[in-house]
Amino acid sequence: MSMAPEHAPTMARLSLAQRLAPWMPVLLVPLLVVAGLLAIPNTSSWLTLTVSGLAMGMMIFLMASGLTLVFGLMDVINFGHGAFVSVGAFVGVSVLLLLGGMTGAPSLALNLAAMGLAVIGAMLATGAMGWAFEKVIVEPVYGHHLKQILVTMGGLIVVEQLIIVLWGPEEIYISRPEALKGAITFAGAALEKYRLVAVGLGLVVFAAMRWTLRRTKIGLIVRAGVENGEMVQALGYRLRLVFVGVFIAGSALAGLGGVMWGLYQEVVSAHMGNQAMILIFIVVIIGGLGSVEGCFIGALLVGLMQNYVAFLEPKVALISNIGLMVAILMWRPMGMIPVVKAK
Amino acid sequence: MSDPILRLEGVYTNIAQYHILQGVDLEVPRAAVTMLLGRNGVGKTTTLRSIIGHWRAHQGRIVLDGQDITRIPTPAIARAGVGFVPEDMGIFANLTVEENMVLAAVSGPINSARLDWVFQAFPPLKTFWKSEAGNLSGGQKQMLSIARAMVEERRLYLIDEPTKGLAPAIVSTMARALRELKAQGASILLVEQNFSVARALGDTACVMDDGRIVWSGEMRELATDASLQERLMGLSMEAH
Repeated sequence: MSMAPEHAPTMARLSLAQRLAPWMPVLLVPLLVVAGLLAIPNTSSWLTLTVSGLAMGMMIFLMASGLTLVFGLMDVINFGHGAFVSVGAFVGVSVLLLLGGMTGAPSLALNLAAMGLAVIGAMLATGAMGWAFEKVIVEPVYGHHLKQILVTMGGLIVVEQLIIVLWGPEEIYISRPEALKGAITFAGAALEKYRLVAVGLGLVVFAAMRWTLRRTKIGLIVRAGVENGEMVQALGYRLRLVFVGVFIAGSALAGLGGVMWGLYQEVVSAHMGNQAMILIFIVVIIGGLGSVEGCFIGALLVGLMQNYVAFLEPKVALISNIGLMVAILMWRPMGMIPVVKAK
Repeated sequence: MSDPILRLEGVYTNIAQYHILQGVDLEVPRAAVTMLLGRNGVGKTTTLRSIIGHWRAHQGRIVLDGQDITRIPTPAIARAGVGFVPEDMGIFANLTVEENMVLAAVSGPINSARLDWVFQAFPPLKTFWKSEAGNLSGGQKQMLSIARAMVEERRLYLIDEPTKGLAPAIVSTMARALRELKAQGASILLVEQNFSVARALGDTACVMDDGRIVWSGEMRELATDASLQERLMGLSMEAH
């Protein structure tokens, strides 16, 4: 075959500022941590707050990561996502209450096994619920944003009421497994064991999601589908199946987040998912619709900001995350790492 | 014409309240390039999108190699061997060139001999293999769009305006690649506004107007008859 005609493209070397620009959102987390260090005079308090903020961020990430993919891939505004958080928390807590012998034993292995079973139960329940939710509530309203908001909010209310029917109207208090109670002392700072576990779990889930999205064909299909679903179908992939799979995975992740969030607060209620939705939406919006990396960074920023500001100026803490969202959207209107164009 | 690879029989396609295709009858012969020509807005893109299933034909039949594909979903049509290069290129800008190509190889890993052939046709794709597709120039994106269709053998290629808005050197690259594809025995339905390219590549031609095929025949007949071009498409050969 003959060669193409003269066409020798080159890529110009980018300036330092241009090369740093994509990394700016990532740098925000260490910048906020340093700002916290400068603002909080006591180093041990700063360390405690930082771990607490990271743990909170990781749990918000668990709850929000599924929603950002559903937003990005399916263009679905799912206000009912909080239902999966609540159901996950209730199922997880029920499993833990059943396994009282394991959670009460002073054995880290038994405690983690009980938590593992609780997480598996919650993820199975919320994954199955996600499949039904997509089929019954979301599928009829694809492409209709207003209807999506209305029916998914309706779905959330129905699920909340079903939780009250099944588990009763009262909040359920749950204590953490024995080996995860208390704190360890590091550099003079008290670091809660449970929060360290939450940080570890969040990192593992983030790494697994990133690996799946970056290194597997199904991940490629999802990323491509977020950008241009029509073309993915024209290449021969059944995007509808991918939609359902992502919805189920996102719901299961919300269930996992619900268990962790419930144990973090040591109380679960039917409305906890609904209450968490404000933080979840902030994270999804500032991260950039459809971006798992943006969601991760956004969640860490929200967690750290909430903890630092609550320590420094408790009254301002209520609006600190809204302020963060406004600042980030003024800087990057499409979010920190936008994947999906505004639709 | 004997046993065409694709046949459209009285296809009507509506988009919302607009009746775009109004009874398209079209045959695409095997191992040949069929040019779909006509002024802007006459339904050429809608015809391709109806074939691939992005827009559903409300009436009529679309038959691929004997199989009625009018009502089957787009992924099934693609897996039946139809490669589609849309007018907007459909590049996944956040994916690398490599990832775009891997995704296009639906049936498994990319065949290395086939990939070498694609690289020969479009050398910049090898240069920017690990680069994000969104950073490519317009011409390189178009190369990638066609390369994705070429990376696996297809029964039929639907290509929508591959030279639109490109510099002459890149147009030549596209034309060479399509000629090479044709030499391999591919069946191609090509929408093209550049009449020089159409004349160089086309074996047969169909001219659309107002949602219908108003003329079909040999490309060389159309290419040599200036009055026919003027009448069908408002073309003036002096412009080419």
